[in-house]
Amino acid sequence: MAVQIKVNGKDHVVDVEEEMPLLWVLRDELGLKGTKFGCGVAYCGACTVHVNGQPLRSCTVPVAAMQGQEVTTIEGLADTSEGSGELHPVQQAWIEAQVPQCGYCQSGMIMAVAALLERNPNPTDEEVEAEISNVCRCGTYQRIRDAVGTLTNA
Amino acid sequence: MGTVAKWTRRTFIGAGALVGGGLILGVTASPNRLKLSGEGVAEEGETILNTWVKISPDNQVTAIIPHSEMGQGATTGLAMMLAEEMDADWSKVGFIEAPATDDFANNELGRAVLVGEVNVPGSIFKMIDFGMLTVAQQLNFQITGGSLSIRSTGEFGMRRAGASARHMLIGAAANDWGVPSTELTAKNSVVSHAGTGKSATYGELASAAAQLEPPMQPTLKDPKTFELIGTTQPRFDIPSKVDGSAEFGIDVEQEGMLYAAIRQAPVYGGKVKSVDESAIAGRRGVKKVVVIDGESVGPIQTALGSQSIESGVAVVADSYWRAEQALANLPIEWDGDAANVSDATIAASYKDVLDAGEGKADVKKGDVEQSVDGGTVVEAEYAVPFLAHATMEPLNCTARVSGGKCEVWTGHQNPLGARGFAAKAAGLKETDVTLHNHFMGGGFGRRSEADFVVQSVLVAKEVDAPVKLVWSREEDMKHDRYRPAVSNRMKAVLGGDGKPVTWSNIYTNTGQNEPVDAPWIPYDIDNQLIRGAQHETPVPLGAWRSVGHTQHSFFNESFIDELAHAAGQDPYEYRRDLLAGSPRHKAVLEMAAEQAGWGSAPPAGHARGIALEQSFESIVAQVAEVSIDGNGKPVVHKVTAVIDCGLAVNNGQVVAQVQSGIIYGLTAALYGQINIENGGAVQANFPGEYEMVRLNEAPIMDVHVLNSYAKTGGAGEPGTPPIAGAVANALFVLTGERVRKLPLNQYEFKAKDVRPQLSQAGDWVSPVWVR
Repeated sequence: MAVQIKVNGKDHVVDVEEEMPLLWVLRDELGLKGTKFGCGVAYCGACTVHVNGQPLRSCTVPVAAMQGQEVTTIEGLADTSEGSGELHPVQQAWIEAQVPQCGYCQSGMIMAVAALLERNPNPTDEEVEAEISNVCRCGTYQRIRDAVGTLTNA
Repeated sequence: MGTVAKWTRRTFIGAGALVGGGLILGVTASPNRLKLSGEGVAEEGETILNTWVKISPDNQVTAIIPHSEMGQGATTGLAMMLAEEMDADWSKVGFIEAPATDDFANNELGRAVLVGEVNVPGSIFKMIDFGMLTVAQQLNFQITGGSLSIRSTGEFGMRRAGASARHMLIGAAANDWGVPSTELTAKNSVVSHAGTGKSATYGELASAAAQLEPPMQPTLKDPKTFELIGTTQPRFDIPSKVDGSAEFGIDVEQEGMLYAAIRQAPVYGGKVKSVDESAIAGRRGVKKVVVIDGESVGPIQTALGSQSIESGVAVVADSYWRAEQALANLPIEWDGDAANVSDATIAASYKDVLDAGEGKADVKKGDVEQSVDGGTVVEAEYAVPFLAHATMEPLNCTARVSGGKCEVWTGHQNPLGARGFAAKAAGLKETDVTLHNHFMGGGFGRRSEADFVVQSVLVAKEVDAPVKLVWSREEDMKHDRYRPAVSNRMKAVLGGDGKPVTWSNIYTNTGQNEPVDAPWIPYDIDNQLIRGAQHETPVPLGAWRSVGHTQHSFFNESFIDELAHAAGQDPYEYRRDLLAGSPRHKAVLEMAAEQAGWGSAPPAGHARGIALEQSFESIVAQVAEVSIDGNGKPVVHKVTAVIDCGLAVNNGQVVAQVQSGIIYGLTAALYGQINIENGGAVQANFPGEYEMVRLNEAPIMDVHVLNSYAKTGGAGEPGTPPIAGAVANALFVLTGERVRKLPLNQYEFKAKDVRPQLSQAGDWVSPVWVR
């Protein structure tokens, strides 16, 4: 069936099964490879995107449920509408704190943190830990804490 | 490791002009015909360039780096080593990853292995020992493993390339200006002459320098004078990893590409009996069903010797999701003869080999059977389970086989090896295979194996298009090449001073217990017998971050702790007293204790445990501060770690690697367990089965680098081994119960009313546990 979705501000019509998970529509139909496949069961969070500003693990959500919703991926996180090339503050903090190692989980991690800070600009450590349950197999958690700290104390 | 006699270094340096101006320079090595005769030798005069540097007229320096990036930061560290010796302006230094072609092969690493200049883990030694046919080919590889990039390619290649380039650039300026080169200085990519005030950039001098003879033995700097090495520099690869643009193997896109999903035999070594393709006929996007016969390519020689490829069924479709969905609906019947293998049968056979007591001695000194007057005998049996790697990026490989050529896109720790695996699967010569290596979403040893590459080529052979094979998380976990489960029996006899007079143990050795120093202990004990009892299992095994050190560090550092408690002595002081002959170990242990506040009382309800391990020529000590939560589960609040890796090249990156190792090892200690039932793995995915430490469980990590200027050690792996022992040792203080079998989440711990670890004066008081 033809499904209409809006991703990073652009409308797309994709001809796919309505139960195809959003993750695979993003990656294999729209070519947005920054959103990653990790576990397929919404555990690891590598596939985290924003839907209407809320974090969502896209590997288990059928694309049909996304009709009329605003999806944002890592490629659309920064406001590059004017071609500024500027990064989102979370991305910038990630570079400054040298967070990524292999980097595979970081798109999802950054999306999860950006959504949290949008909703709650000054979360406590406990709130960050409760909210950010993404897995990083390289164990970059300490630098994630450091990076989030620079954003909340600013 | 397989040590071979020392060998005269025969390193050559070649240089040439770049098209369009500039200098290109490479360090090469030539196999020594005498030492290697009889094992197959390289052709007369054959040399292989290994580490290259390019200096272009715009004054840009490019390091060409023969290692793959999987998050360990080796590319940046290697470029720093080059720039240090070159006196290059770091802001004008970049890198490209060498393609997997012979010209860029890391032959220095191969040579170092062959001549024993670097203690290379045996697992990697085998990769070249049997993996390739001739010495020339053995020298021809780019393994990223064994924490080797910096200590081999960096020390032997990058630094020499940098020093040579600097020498030639100065030479070019001296010729041009008619002044002696001794009067010239080089700094920040500029050569200058104080007497005349002349100066020129490296870029301006590069073309003239290219006409000069490179020095065969460039003078290297005294490490104490390093200005760039030892600092913290941002990693080259990080910006692409925050905006989604970094391309991993799984992100490869090719014109007309199809996707494949795979189901492998549920029983290790099983085969496909029948497939009912009619069940998925007419499904949208499905192109083909391919039965993979793993035996058809024969065993592949790789990291841990001979590896058989698992058989299975692949569905090829126009989307990965459609392929996976079709596969889920495809009835497959299997044949398999290892279905009776289970944890119970493996445990029974481990018991048999340990009872038999026959083992090859890794260490034998003194007499462990001697009688010790009034000696206290301490005995214990330990065990650790199989572990999966669970890299974040599930295994994947894209291949195209067409017109007698094969092209492969993947992320591999051993890209030249992978090219060989692909060639074997395609039935082509290696030179007909092109491999494009990509960022790896975690490697940890898993991405040095052959299986996923071979399978993808076997599928691609049946399809007239590039095919991207992606393993589901379930396939990735059920068909890993696991860290071996090991059981170990320890015995020590303590003398009158409470210190061990004898130390002996026997462990099950699955043949993958590399490196050979993994079971060794650093402690001064005169009588030692450390033996591995050979044991076979049908469970597929592989190299898991830090290899045999993870198992043995837990055994040894728990048992030495048992001895300290049996002697009523402070576990830190007890170790320290036994390190008189190992000053580096002692310094690392002392610094860890000091930084962790070992001499101070921990917060109420908390206890500290300590552990020490040398691996990959680096020494790490860790102190874990632990409590027990309301559910009887351990909470690790803080880990203080010290690493001595000689000299940390990119300091902050070494700290990050140790933090990474702690989380990887802690995850395994708390949760890691692969069970075997009916000939296959029980665990298939993360939730409730193979849990991961996440932000809420990640301890505060206080990592310190102790630069001893000893021979360069690794950084990627040594942070992993000690943490399990450190946590278990802290738990003992809290509970009075010794954990001798991992993982920890199988227990419900009960904190007892423990007398303090420390007296008011800060002296150690043996804990007394009151019910």
